[in-house]
Parts: sequence; structure tokens; C-alpha cells
Amino acid sequence: MANFKDNEVRTCDTTGLPVCLNAQFFIKLNAVCAVVFLLIGALAAIGLALTRWPAVHLLPADWFYRVLTLHGLNMLIFWILFFEIAILYFCGTTLLNSRLASKKVAWVSWLLMIIGAVSVDVAIFQGNSDVLMTSYVPLKGSPLFYGGIILVAVGTLVGVFNYFGCIYIAKRDKTYEGSVPLVVFGATAAAIIAVGTLLHGAVVMLPTFAWSMGWIETVDPGWYRLIWWALGHSSQQVNVCAMVAVWYLIAYLAVGGKPLNETVCRTAFVFYILFINIASAHHLLVDPGVGTEWKIWNTGYAMYLAVLASMIHGFTVPAAIESAQRGRGYTAGLFTWLAKCPWKNPAFAASFMSMGIFGFIGGITGVTLGTQQINIIAHNTLRIPGHFHATVVGGTTLAFMGLAYYVVPLIFQREYPLKPLARIQPYIFAVGIVFMSLTMSFAGSYGVPRRHWDVEFTGSALGHSFDPGATLMLAGVGVGGTLAFLGLLLFILLTVWAVFLGKSNAGSPMEHWTPPLPPVADEDMEHKTPGAFALVILLLVCFAVYYFANWKALADVWWVR
Amino acid sequence: MEDPKSPPHPLQRLMDNPWLLLLLSLLILILSYTGWGWFELANLPPATLP
Repeated sequence: MANFKDNEVRTCDTTGLPVCLNAQFFIKLNAVCAVVFLLIGALAAIGLALTRWPAVHLLPADWFYRVLTLHGLNMLIFWILFFEIAILYFCGTTLLNSRLASKKVAWVSWLLMIIGAVSVDVAIFQGNSDVLMTSYVPLKGSPLFYGGIILVAVGTLVGVFNYFGCIYIAKRDKTYEGSVPLVVFGATAAAIIAVGTLLHGAVVMLPTFAWSMGWIETVDPGWYRLIWWALGHSSQQVNVCAMVAVWYLIAYLAVGGKPLNETVCRTAFVFYILFINIASAHHLLVDPGVGTEWKIWNTGYAMYLAVLASMIHGFTVPAAIESAQRGRGYTAGLFTWLAKCPWKNPAFAASFMSMGIFGFIGGITGVTLGTQQINIIAHNTLRIPGHFHATVVGGTTLAFMGLAYYVVPLIFQREYPLKPLARIQPYIFAVGIVFMSLTMSFAGSYGVPRRHWDVEFTGSALGHSFDPGATLMLAGVGVGGTLAFLGLLLFILLTVWAVFLGKSNAGSPMEHWTPPLPPVADEDMEHKTPGAFALVILLLVCFAVYYFANWKALADVWWVR
Repeated sequence: MEDPKSPPHPLQRLMDNPWLLLLLSLLILILSYTGWGWFELANLPPATLP
């Protein structure tokens, strides 16, 4: 039984789901802020890509590190966290047939987050916080910088607890039967992971803030790195959970795909909840302070259960799509179901490409780089950004873009303009980010360091020159980055146009992105999914080749007699 | 066919209890990563300088 108050709910004209109007307001507010920070991060990104391209080398050294700080925080923290709060409010209300727990708490959350995020950006532009996203001690930023991050972390925590309030009152008021829907379970997993993440963020930034104020003399760099990475890496695990939930949601919205076995999918989310946060230890694999046992336990063994979870989702999402498509009669061969998918629906295209990029590039490189022995030949090289641009940008950002193609028509009740452009936007962005990610990885394989203004060491007394192939790869970073930037800019322009000037669809269903697919009944869903299985086997083969090639590269570092 | 009156499977009960999942998540993170790592750093012997 729904628990909405009078005049605080509307029925979606497309899905028939109830939409809490309070939640809708905060979904819009957080989503708009997210896109603004995405734009700031994107403008910084193009500056970086064109600086790392040696032939262009756009920015001077001081601005390179300032813009790199700006890019990391706006893209990896602000854009993602604001959008995730929007997702949590949507899942905790509409999908549970329930109301927002507290409007006042939602205001507090948003105000803390926006004041914090703006403070951080102001501090960066003041020029006294060029400490990069990681702000490793003893690099010192301004109090405004650290205070801003604390406010963002606390504000997000408040928003997460507002979401927990939503699922509490939904259960109390019996607004749904049985277990929560799978997408809500995924969002809950993201919220749970966010709690540990943000608590570590608050813990690490408090002494750093006190240090920047001059209240304490030092902060131990080893301790800082340990605690900071439980914020820095775990926040990306929040993204992974939210992204996977979005994959399931879009598979259902676009093709009616339902998981073959929800218990398996939920078990995979439980693996994330329990084990994925300890993967932060990857970043300390060459740190001298923590021991080998700690490193191997936290980056292997238990953590591989989290990797298993990703592999489960990597099978169950395409299997859900294949099941529905085969139920429609697309049964010929291994991949007819895939060819008949609605590739002109930008939400579907973005989501499916997000899966492919996340798995084939981000996942394979991530597990390999997270292996202690191999990490020694990759640590602090461009291979690391090559990996996480495939997970966070090609994976999470692309999936969130796909979701926006439903959020704007369904929640903002506005239609996207220039639909042909919207249809090609995910492809432009995906091609750009794949090219950039791969060339970054190859440049890193030549030994090119990350976070470096000039790898040609111009004017340096102790110069070093990389293989000419590295220069070619860095040019690829510039070309791929420019293409991804254009795709992202197109997304922002279309979305802003739709939100503020788009045709209203209030009172009528949203315009379909593609002609509606033939309906498929649950009993027609095919339970054999050989195509998805073949894709998984292909992934495993690619992983094996890459993994053992890296062991070979490690063995080639020096002669062992 | 499963008896609707039978108690849910323990795994299902775990999945339906976000508070327990939250507790376990924090426990594993703090014990395995933060606590153990902090302990090792705190007990690091001082380096012998040349």
C-alpha cells in the first residue's frame, strides 16, 4: 500500500509507476548539479589531453597540475556523487512505491554537498591547492579545499541515510511485497559501500584540515595514504554498484530483459558489499609501510570474490537481454538477438557499450594491475589512468549518460531535441574513450609516468627519452581525449537543451527512442543463452592472454639466471 | 514446490536485511583493510639512518 501524502505524487504516463514529487524535485536538483560538474570536469579534461599530447603541449606546468586537480575531483567525486544521490532517491521512492523519507534532510544533504563542492573548486582556482585529487601529504592544500571535501563527504552521507530512511519507511508501510526489486538492491549495495567510503573520507580529511590550519604539525604520509584510499578507490566501487544497477534497469526498460535468476544477481551484489572495499589496497602495493601478507590478502583471496561478482553481472545482464530477445523469436545463430537489439536507442547503446568497455578493458586491466608482482612494472605509469578511464568513464559515466536518456523524459518530463544526434552521441563518446584508454595503457607500457606535465623533460639537466612509440601513443591520448570530449559536450548540450527548452511530454507517454519491440511474455523468455555465454568465454580468453603477457613482460625486466 | 509458510532461506534473510549487510561491510573493511593496515604502520620500526 502506497504511503504518499495528498498532492505529493503523480503517476508516470509512460511506466505507470508512482513518482513522489518531493523526490522528483531532489532528483532533478542533484542531476542538474551533476551535469554542471561534469561540464567543469570535461573542460579540464580537454586541457589535460591536449597537454599530454607532446606536439600540442597546451598548458603551462602550474596550470597543468591545477587543472588535473580540478578534473579529478569534479569527475571522480562531484559528478558521480550528485548523480548517485539522484539515483538513490529514484530507487528509494518510485521503485518502492513509497515517498521520500525527509525533504528537510534532502535539503541539508544537497546544501552541504554544493557548498563543499563549490568551496573545493574555488580553492583550486585560488591557486593554493595544486595537490591533485589524492592530495598526498606532505603536499598541502588550503583549509577551504579540505573543508570542502569534508562537507561533500558529510552531505553525501546525509543523503545516503535519507535513502536508508526511504527503504525503512517503505518496509514499515508495506509499500511492496517480498524482497525489494533487484535494481533497488543494487542501489542499496552502492549506499552501503558509500557509508564506509565516506566515513574514511571524513576521518582522513579532519587531521589534514587541522594541519592546513596550523593546529597540528604533521600528518603521517603512510597513514594518510592508507585511509585516503579507502575513500579514493572505494568511492569508485560505489560507482560500480550503481552502474550495474543501471545496466539491469536499462536492460528492462529498453528490451524487457529480466535476470534468469535474481538470487544469483543478488548474491553477486552481496559479494560487492562484503569484499569490494578492501580492493583499495591496490594503491599501496609498492608502499613500504604495510606488509606482504596485508597486501596479498587484501588484493587477492577475498577480493577475488568481488571480481567474481563483476563476472556474474557481466554474464547475467547480457543473458537477461538475450533471454528477452530470443523470447521475441530472434533465435537464429549465436548473435542474432544481439544484432536485433535497439542500437538506435542511446540509452541501450550506452549501457551495452558501458558493459563491454568496463569488462573487456577496465576489468581485465584492473585485475592484472592489481596483482602484486605485476603492479611493480605498472605502478604510477599511464597504464593506471588507462585502466580507470575504462571503468569510471567508459563504464560508469557512459552508463549514467544512458540513464539520462530515460531520466529526462520520465522525471523532467521533457523530450530530447535533435534525436539523430542523441542516437550517435554514445558511440562518439565510447570510441573516443576507448581510443584514449588504450593509448594511455600502451604509453604506460613504454614507462610513461602518470600525472606528468612534460615527459620529454625539456630543459632538464638529467633528461630521458622514451621510445618514439610512446610519443605516438601520447598523440593517441590527445586524439581520443578530444573525440571523447566532443561526445561529452554533445551530451551536455542536448541534455541542457532538453531540460530547459525541450518539448514537454506531461500528460502523455515519452516518445520512444526506437519503434516499440514486440512484447514478450515471461513464459516465452528463453532460458538458454549461448550468446551471452560465448561473450563471457571471449572475455576469459582475452583476460588470460593479457594476464600471462604481463607476467612475460615482468620476466623480461631483468635477466634471471 | 516451496511451502510459502516455511521460513526464508538464511541467505535470503541476509539479503533482506540491509542493516546487517551494512554492519558486515563495515566490519570486514575495518578489520581487513583499515585496522590491520593501521596496526602494521603503527608498529613499523624506525628506519636506521646512514
